[in-house]
Amino acid sequence: MLDVQKVRADFPILNVDAHPDVPLVYLDSAASSQKPIQVIEAMNSYYQEYNANVHRGIHRLSEEATSVYEGARIKVQKFINAPSHEEVILVRNATEGFNLLAYSWGGANLKPGDEVLITAMEHHANIVPWQIVCEQTGATLKHVPFTDEGTLDMDALDELLTEKTKIFSFTAASNVLGTINPTKELVAKAHAVGALAAVDGAQAVPHANVDVQDWNCDFMAFSSHKMCGPTGIGVLYGKAELLNAMPPWMGGGDMIRRVTLEKSTYNDLPYKFEAGTPAIAEGIGLGAAVDYLNALGMDNVHAHEQAITSYALEALSEVDGLTILGPKTAAERGGLVAFTIDRLHPHDIAQLLDEDGIAVRAGHHCAMPMHKIMGIGASARASFYVHTTTDEVDALVTSLNRARKVFRL
Amino acid sequence: MSADMYREMILDLYENPLNHGELDPCTFSHEEDNPLCGDVVKIDVLLDDDKKIKEIKWSGDGCAISMASASLMTDHVKGMTIEEVMELNGQDAVDLLGVSNLSMGRVKCATLSIKVLKAGASAVQ
Repeated sequence: MLDVQKVRADFPILNVDAHPDVPLVYLDSAASSQKPIQVIEAMNSYYQEYNANVHRGIHRLSEEATSVYEGARIKVQKFINAPSHEEVILVRNATEGFNLLAYSWGGANLKPGDEVLITAMEHHANIVPWQIVCEQTGATLKHVPFTDEGTLDMDALDELLTEKTKIFSFTAASNVLGTINPTKELVAKAHAVGALAAVDGAQAVPHANVDVQDWNCDFMAFSSHKMCGPTGIGVLYGKAELLNAMPPWMGGGDMIRRVTLEKSTYNDLPYKFEAGTPAIAEGIGLGAAVDYLNALGMDNVHAHEQAITSYALEALSEVDGLTILGPKTAAERGGLVAFTIDRLHPHDIAQLLDEDGIAVRAGHHCAMPMHKIMGIGASARASFYVHTTTDEVDALVTSLNRARKVFRL
Repeated sequence: MSADMYREMILDLYENPLNHGELDPCTFSHEEDNPLCGDVVKIDVLLDDDKKIKEIKWSGDGCAISMASASLMTDHVKGMTIEEVMELNGQDAVDLLGVSNLSMGRVKCATLSIKVLKAGASAVQ
């Protein structure tokens, strides 16, 4: 198990008051996680000791920057058990990963009559790029609904997956319902009809061991900033043979082999998809975040989140008028709980919680379609990470009860 | 903080809104949402022969701030001409609420209904 107090000492921001004399209770890690000092120092060290461009210079600084930046890629490769570092494309975030995939693979491979399958519990990042590329190519976008329990409708999936399906792109874990999807099984079902399988790992990779070879997924996208790393860097993993066959997405420096004024030939993987100077400090920070999570142990991270989520599900169920979205037990879900309270809008909930120093997300969490399906405009969401304590969950419950009083409920 | 933002008046309006409902027939009707949070407001307006607002109703779904603001704003513009409506701005909506400490995010809640009204009004201007 994690020594939570020891973990908390790694996060400088946890010593900062939310308001004067009101300590911070950060329950919004699913939106963006806080950063441990190890990550902050790794990025500072780059800027203070070896700041230079990568893949270019012959001088010491550039060689060191290149070596540490590329070392981060290898750390990520091992973290998700990708076969090769060439299959780890560094992008801005999971959103950019899906855009790369949709524009490059989708643009080259989709045609009228083809189908792209997603689910109704996707983040906008795994919906909108597919809508755009389907409009451009004439392919049809379909979605798998979810059940009242908040799990994927597997019967509907079996009907929707056909030989017309060219790619099934789905989330490994919902950012609203918390649902953990049976990724390995879903990948196998896609492959059984000859479709590719792409996974949104944004809410999975930060929280548990992820093995892309075990899942056998063809692609997976995730963001650094939800896993103790900085913003501005993320990953698109893809199988080498698929990435090699895909056309480049953005053109520019770094992604070329030879350029004439008429025509260019492109660099090898992963650089073919990495035009321009990358986010170097951020890549180095991501590497440090991987080191940090490995030192904690992903099994420990997962066990801690399961314990906190289980505690939160029980504590929140004591609040009058509160409805929890998604599966009812921690075993079926990741470390977050979205909820509504009768006659108390999520915005007002978040505002009143903030007065007690408690940070939660309120709104549709970039998942408007699923809120519409559930018949609600918005929800409030508390999400947990390695530093979350049961005391913080208790503070949440106390503050929710206070919010109800303010609203005369 | 909450003593100010969630004043009795705002909570009263949240529970018992003013001018709530729909108008049929109406001169114009417009609906928009706040893409950040999903709050949605629809405003129906009936103009008289002098192009002044004779009747106005709003409907929608959102937080206490956006809903109270819709009540206050629709009350405020009754009798105004379209030109006068187009002169209004976000600060007017905030002033109507009488809340001094709205954060940037919540200002969008307070100004949603004035945005909806002006967007609808600009189409008939």
